[in-house]
Amino acid sequence: MSFLLALIIGILYGAGTYMILRRSLVKVILGLIFLGHAANLLIFTIGRLTKGAPPFIPQGAETLAEPYADPLPQALILTAIVIGFGVQAFAIVLFKRTYQTVGTDDLDKMKSTDELK
Amino acid sequence: MLNLILIGFAASAIAPFIYKPLKNYFGWIAATFPLYIFLSFISRYNQIAGGDIIRETFNWIPSLGINFTFLLDGLSLTFVLIITLIGVVVFLYAGAYMKDYDHADRFFVYIGIFMTSMVGMVISDNMITLFVFWELTSITSYLLIGFNHHKEKSRKYALQALLVTGGGGLALMAGFILLSQISGSLEISSLYDLNETIRNAPTYTAIVILVLIGAFTKSAQFPFQFWLPNAMEAPTPVSAYLHSATMVKAGIYLIARMNHSLGGSALWQDTILIVGAITMLFAATLSFNQMDLKKLLAYSTLSVLGTLTMLLGIGSKLAIKAFFIYIIAHSLYKGTLFLVAGILDHETGTRDVSKLGGLRKHLPITTVIAALASFSMMGIIPLVGFIGKETVYSAILEVDYWGLFLLSISVIANALIVMITILVGFKPFWGKLLSTPKAPHEAPIKMWLGPLALAVLGLLMGIFPNVFIGRLLDQSAISIISEKLELPIKLWHGFNFVLLMSFVTLLLGVGVYYFRTKILHIAQNLKIKNIFKPSEWYEFLLNGMMSFAKLQTKVLQNGYLRNYIIFILVTAVSLASLALFKVENLFRITPDFSITFYESAIVIIIVLATFMVIISDSRLKSIVGIGVVGFTMGIIFIIHSAPDLALTTFAIETLTVILFVLVLYKLPKFLPFSKSYSRLRDIIIASSVGLFMTLVVLYITSIELQSELKKFYTDNSVPGGKGRNVVNVILVDFRAIDTLGEITVLAIAAIGVFALLKLKLEDRNK
Repeated sequence: MSFLLALIIGILYGAGTYMILRRSLVKVILGLIFLGHAANLLIFTIGRLTKGAPPFIPQGAETLAEPYADPLPQALILTAIVIGFGVQAFAIVLFKRTYQTVGTDDLDKMKSTDELK
Repeated sequence: MLNLILIGFAASAIAPFIYKPLKNYFGWIAATFPLYIFLSFISRYNQIAGGDIIRETFNWIPSLGINFTFLLDGLSLTFVLIITLIGVVVFLYAGAYMKDYDHADRFFVYIGIFMTSMVGMVISDNMITLFVFWELTSITSYLLIGFNHHKEKSRKYALQALLVTGGGGLALMAGFILLSQISGSLEISSLYDLNETIRNAPTYTAIVILVLIGAFTKSAQFPFQFWLPNAMEAPTPVSAYLHSATMVKAGIYLIARMNHSLGGSALWQDTILIVGAITMLFAATLSFNQMDLKKLLAYSTLSVLGTLTMLLGIGSKLAIKAFFIYIIAHSLYKGTLFLVAGILDHETGTRDVSKLGGLRKHLPITTVIAALASFSMMGIIPLVGFIGKETVYSAILEVDYWGLFLLSISVIANALIVMITILVGFKPFWGKLLSTPKAPHEAPIKMWLGPLALAVLGLLMGIFPNVFIGRLLDQSAISIISEKLELPIKLWHGFNFVLLMSFVTLLLGVGVYYFRTKILHIAQNLKIKNIFKPSEWYEFLLNGMMSFAKLQTKVLQNGYLRNYIIFILVTAVSLASLALFKVENLFRITPDFSITFYESAIVIIIVLATFMVIISDSRLKSIVGIGVVGFTMGIIFIIHSAPDLALTTFAIETLTVILFVLVLYKLPKFLPFSKSYSRLRDIIIASSVGLFMTLVVLYITSIELQSELKKFYTDNSVPGGKGRNVVNVILVDFRAIDTLGEITVLAIAAIGVFALLKLKLEDRNK
């Protein structure tokens, strides 16, 4: 599976890059989400994959015996998902506000910082 | 000596506060300040002339070897005395001259700082402090040239002088640093015994070039000479003081000071000799079609600076003697003539020589001053200028092989200087009275007293050379060539070849003066054009730099988000790929190809959803697609033993989709903004980024992972964190502060969202 995941990571990074290079602001936000997924999956994969052995310590035991999944990347990704959501929510609302004020979602028309009408 | 420097800066700082109430006497008050420094230094005259060297050290940054080390020897004392003595005259003069200018108080601040820095520079032994004072003189020069800042020319030429001398200053700094790496010390006096070592060092050529660039820019040597005539935009006291008597001699002082440690090689001597000779002749010829008093004097100053440089290049005992006498003589007569030009400008309203004539009855005192200074400048016995020129000629005659050639070009240059002298020092006062813009009248005492004193001093020095100059001469020579000269200075050397040359110079000069219009006419007919125009190189460089900056801004900071991203991505991916391919032969990686049915299904779903998002022209479809990608991510997490991640992903993805739909459902369809060319470009960039990331993952997963953290967290989860879900224990216990930070970020995002939704523009505008 790690080969396939490497492929998916590549596709997600590619999609994210392509989307943030678009002129439409919504697409840029979608690109950001793609890049977030890609980064999470990257951390997850390079932390090595383990099937069917989550890092839960059963009742009565003090620790776990190999093989079991590495808890550290999971903790990192958990944080990243939540922060990513915060950024997405802010970006979406910022976009809404921008669209209301400027009347377009074309980035090329938002180049100037001069006063808006 | 540090206290004198500090007093100097303090006095400059209080000048504006006492200027207004004491305006009418300010010249007298201001003059006491250089006079005080002059007297403090001249009290050490006997000590220095007796062969003593005074050294004082005040620690500044001792850990870096940067200290206020002051060294007073014959050379520095000579310069200090010139700087402060002419300072007295100029300060007094400026009190009257600057009266009608706005912000004259600022003028005194600048010129006070200048004088103090100049004194600091010539007594500094530490290269860093010397550099600091050196740059301070450049900056004050900038402020003073641009003093009439409402004139565009003033601003332009002030900037030009600053850029040329400042650029040279940077070169000098680099040279000093290289030099200190050889000696291990920043003290110039520590280099004196290292001449051999320095000359054999691999960086010697670089050091010489860098130091000489610093000196040549400051002293306006070819090809940097153009800034000096342009600096004549400054008020006249500034031209007299900075741009003739003192600051422009800083570069020459530096060459003299470093001669001890850097000199002796063909590179050093010949470069200085040739550059000096070119400047001497070139500058003198440029004066030919000038009619402005100050410009004429500026070109003659350039020529003299060239002569002084050339003398250092010759480097013989006689040349050092000539250097020493000539530098004193020049400061006296040129400072005086500049001040005379200032008087003429001030009292008649014009500086154009062709409009001035016959003023001797209206300005009798000035006429006498001008005549005395001019006789010295032309080299007429018994003024000090005569001794100067005689010794210069005999020093040049001594040069092997091309002594006669050098002598003939210096005779030509000096003849042109004689012509300039007649134009500036005699023509305005003699002959027929010409009408001037202002009715001419004699200058106030503040303006003629100082120049008169300098002119008389020039006469006295000529008649009694040994009283005034002789005693410091030997000590200065020790500073420059580490030998005593033991050559007495005499006014009269008898009838000899050199005297004949002086006579020829005078005759030639007078001849050129009378036939100058005809000569100019012939030169124009022959279409002799000045092909050396370094000022155009300066303009070219400056404009080039500006257009490069514009181009760079246009390319790098064009306001298009995607261009910034493209630059960053392309740079990062290319550099990282380079590193990746260097460390690893990627073809050796054999990834794990074992795939189950449901895994391939997941991959197909995620790929299809991704392409749907990219291709779709409907926002809603895109949002559905991104939701599918997110949920599939959750499934991948479930398969690989990360149930917490899966839960979080499902929750977050649901929220994202809802949020997106709420905000976006009213919007129109996507419009095809991009052209197919830019689409293709973006596809290429995106594919390479994707490919690169895939390779990175494959590379990393092919290496054995050594994680001690995994074991640490699992072993300590129950005993240390009292929890059985290790991921949760890490988040809320081991890395609890990180989680607190995360919550803070979320809170800030929430406040931002709230503000964006609730606040209205109208509220802000009120």
